[in-house]
Amino acid sequence: MGASPSISIAIVGSGGTGALTTGNFLFEAASSAGWLGVFTRTMGPQIRGGEAAALLRLAVEPVESLPDQFDLLIGIDWLNAHRFGAEIMVGPHSLVISDPRGGEPPPIVGQSGARVIEVPMKELAKTVPDGRSNMVALGIAAHLLGFTAEQLFAPVEKRLADKGTAAIEASRAAIKVGFDAAASLSFDKHLAPPKPITAQRWLLSGNEATALGAIRGGIRFAAAYPITPATEVLEWLAPSLVKVGGVLLQAEDELAAINMIIGASYGGTPSLTATSGPGLSLMIEALGLATSAEIPIVVVDVMRGGPSTGIPTKSEQGDLNIAIYGMHGDAPHLVLAPQSVADCLFTTQWATYLAEATQAPAIVLSDQYMGQARAAIERPADVAFIGKRSVAAEISGPYKRYAVAANGVSPMAIPGTRGGQYTADGLTHAENANPTSGAADHLKQLDKRRDKLDNFNYGDHWASVEGSGDLVVLTWGSLTTTAREAISRAAADGIKVRLVAPRLLAPVQPDQLQAALAGAKRILVVEQTHGAQFHRYLRAHYDLPAPVRVFNRPGPLPITAGEIHSAIAEWK
Amino acid sequence: MSAIGKPPLACKPGDYKSAVKPIWCPGCGDYHVLMSFTRAFAQLKLPPEDVVVVSGIGCSSRIPAYTNCYGFHGVHGRSLALAAGLKVTRPDLTVVVASGDGDGYSIGGNHFLHACRRNIDMTYVVMDNHIYGMTKGQPSPTTEPEFDTALSPGGTGVRPFHPLVVALASGANFIARCFSGDPNETASVLAEAIKHPGFSFVEILSPCVTFRPDESAWKDMVHPAPVPETSDQGKAARRLMTDDGFNLGILYRGSRKPYQPPVGTTSIDLAELEKDFEL
Repeated sequence: MGASPSISIAIVGSGGTGALTTGNFLFEAASSAGWLGVFTRTMGPQIRGGEAAALLRLAVEPVESLPDQFDLLIGIDWLNAHRFGAEIMVGPHSLVISDPRGGEPPPIVGQSGARVIEVPMKELAKTVPDGRSNMVALGIAAHLLGFTAEQLFAPVEKRLADKGTAAIEASRAAIKVGFDAAASLSFDKHLAPPKPITAQRWLLSGNEATALGAIRGGIRFAAAYPITPATEVLEWLAPSLVKVGGVLLQAEDELAAINMIIGASYGGTPSLTATSGPGLSLMIEALGLATSAEIPIVVVDVMRGGPSTGIPTKSEQGDLNIAIYGMHGDAPHLVLAPQSVADCLFTTQWATYLAEATQAPAIVLSDQYMGQARAAIERPADVAFIGKRSVAAEISGPYKRYAVAANGVSPMAIPGTRGGQYTADGLTHAENANPTSGAADHLKQLDKRRDKLDNFNYGDHWASVEGSGDLVVLTWGSLTTTAREAISRAAADGIKVRLVAPRLLAPVQPDQLQAALAGAKRILVVEQTHGAQFHRYLRAHYDLPAPVRVFNRPGPLPITAGEIHSAIAEWK
Repeated sequence: MSAIGKPPLACKPGDYKSAVKPIWCPGCGDYHVLMSFTRAFAQLKLPPEDVVVVSGIGCSSRIPAYTNCYGFHGVHGRSLALAAGLKVTRPDLTVVVASGDGDGYSIGGNHFLHACRRNIDMTYVVMDNHIYGMTKGQPSPTTEPEFDTALSPGGTGVRPFHPLVVALASGANFIARCFSGDPNETASVLAEAIKHPGFSFVEILSPCVTFRPDESAWKDMVHPAPVPETSDQGKAARRLMTDDGFNLGILYRGSRKPYQPPVGTTSIDLAELEKDFEL
């Protein structure tokens, strides 16, 4: 069988067996050798003793979505693996490595027709002092994928450096045992050789990319309340902000976090917080305050399954409605959605720029999938979006904080500026910032806040618009890369399909979407929600000029490129 | 305290007042609190542009717009959090937070604990009238258990909250009680609170003439604290636990170091941050 452009591996084990570590090492070795791809994880809520799976897809070309089926599934043990259900799909061409002492593979494996080979990983690990079965699994995977054992040693040594030479030696020996044990196994799939590395490569998660984008955009203050799956954004920012003269403050709750960033931004410092659905719910009141008082802030929502506590460790796109419609009153604000790990950087940077330029709050809707996925990518290009707000530096005469300017954005006096004293307020206010309950002032300021966002020139970044087919896949967020893969498969069948994925969800861009959909004959809306929130949003704000089909499903079962491809192929 | 070096523009109390007419009822204690604010700022010769008065929601929280300083009238109960973000990023500013017993002790109770604990250099003034005034007379956390209201017929039957004890236990660095009816003394205490490093908490008994006419008796009930201020937490705890609620003056002055991380002192090339990700 010929070399494959991509290969997918799942490593499963109960919490504490080291399945995720194994996946990480394998991914680091592959990316060091020049392959691109994505490493993500799925797990139960337990800190220890639950179920965990490392999901890898290694490829010659950039790829970020999960496969339709995994080529190789290694079960270090199968305790609780049934809880993944169909999240880890295998098929008749898949190879499953199973430890006879690790329990039975879940029924879904047996039903798939996959070839199951038993390898006593636990027993093999015992042949090495302090050997661990996950390192044996790593050796097996390395052999089957065509790596040398040595290629795996480097990431192991790097990661275990502080555990001492004995730990490193034990791991190396166990990898070697696994590697040798795999010599007798046949696996007919192998990865095409990597392309030569011509540009700087990065290995990072979407949450880290988000945090870097924030700093590049000018964020110098963050307030933090921990929440899965957003915490890594904050943990990366904590030391990094200090290096650039900024600071992160841990808040007592999300209510405090968002009010802290409003206070810091009022003082002139571009500010951000990151949270997930439950936290966003708590922040909504203060988002309205930032809208009314025209304080730029950035709130990153790394979406997880909802409602309520939902599924904290797994992905969904169900916060679209609250992000767009959550605030009471008419509260125009920015909502943006990154489309990949790399795009988390761009979109957060752009969101910071837009928030500062329009003096409005921006919500960035990332999700657990791309937030916690680590991707090997080419270094994203530098972009010039650096937050710069209109500031009233020299003030003579009476200052009107909320003067209705031509573009709706009025220069903001920063505390310390003589003559600019005003009280920022959530109360309806007049141009001079004084509270009022008059109809004329209310309307004037509502108009101002709407117009400054509607009249802003967002340029080409508002969406990804690719291809020219009359069938359009209309999607958003992390599904963009999945849809892109499905479209390239359809192209291989001779079906031309267009991709339209808005990055800017609010304010809506009716003229731009109309142009992007020009000539469309069929529109396939794809989203990861139960209630088809994106479809309803589109219907509320846009004219869809062709028949529409909706492919929506809640999390946590990922929507695959294969499913989108089928939906395309079936719609003749 | 504020930045040094700028010529003081205003030193008279009147210079710290804005032209906005207060919405308070005639006779409200908060008028005197506003007077104390402006007198304290004048005593300290603070440039008004270097002072930020932050508040939440309620009668007392209207005060920022009545000053000629920068102000932030935010959402209900969150003023301390907003002020924390401001002060940490702008340590050059003088930050005064104004609140009431509903805003500060009920909806904002959690932030009160953590602001005391965090000990950022700011002054927290709670105008306590033992009632929700703006919503027309509901019981607050400091309302007496037998006080009859439409929302609590026959009284709440619930013991009032003791903010000064909570402040001490949570780590406030300066604790005082004032009476709005004595604006000169209140101004002096406020000036001391603003000067004192760390989180200073000043409770001002400020009668509500409309929903608590009985509080007109407060002027005869308040009295200077019989013992001098202390820096001993144990003594302060005993004093506050046996307090009659009407002892006035500075009751505790601690020496805990304020929390202020360095800001703006370092700046590496952003490319340095990317090294984490390079393969």
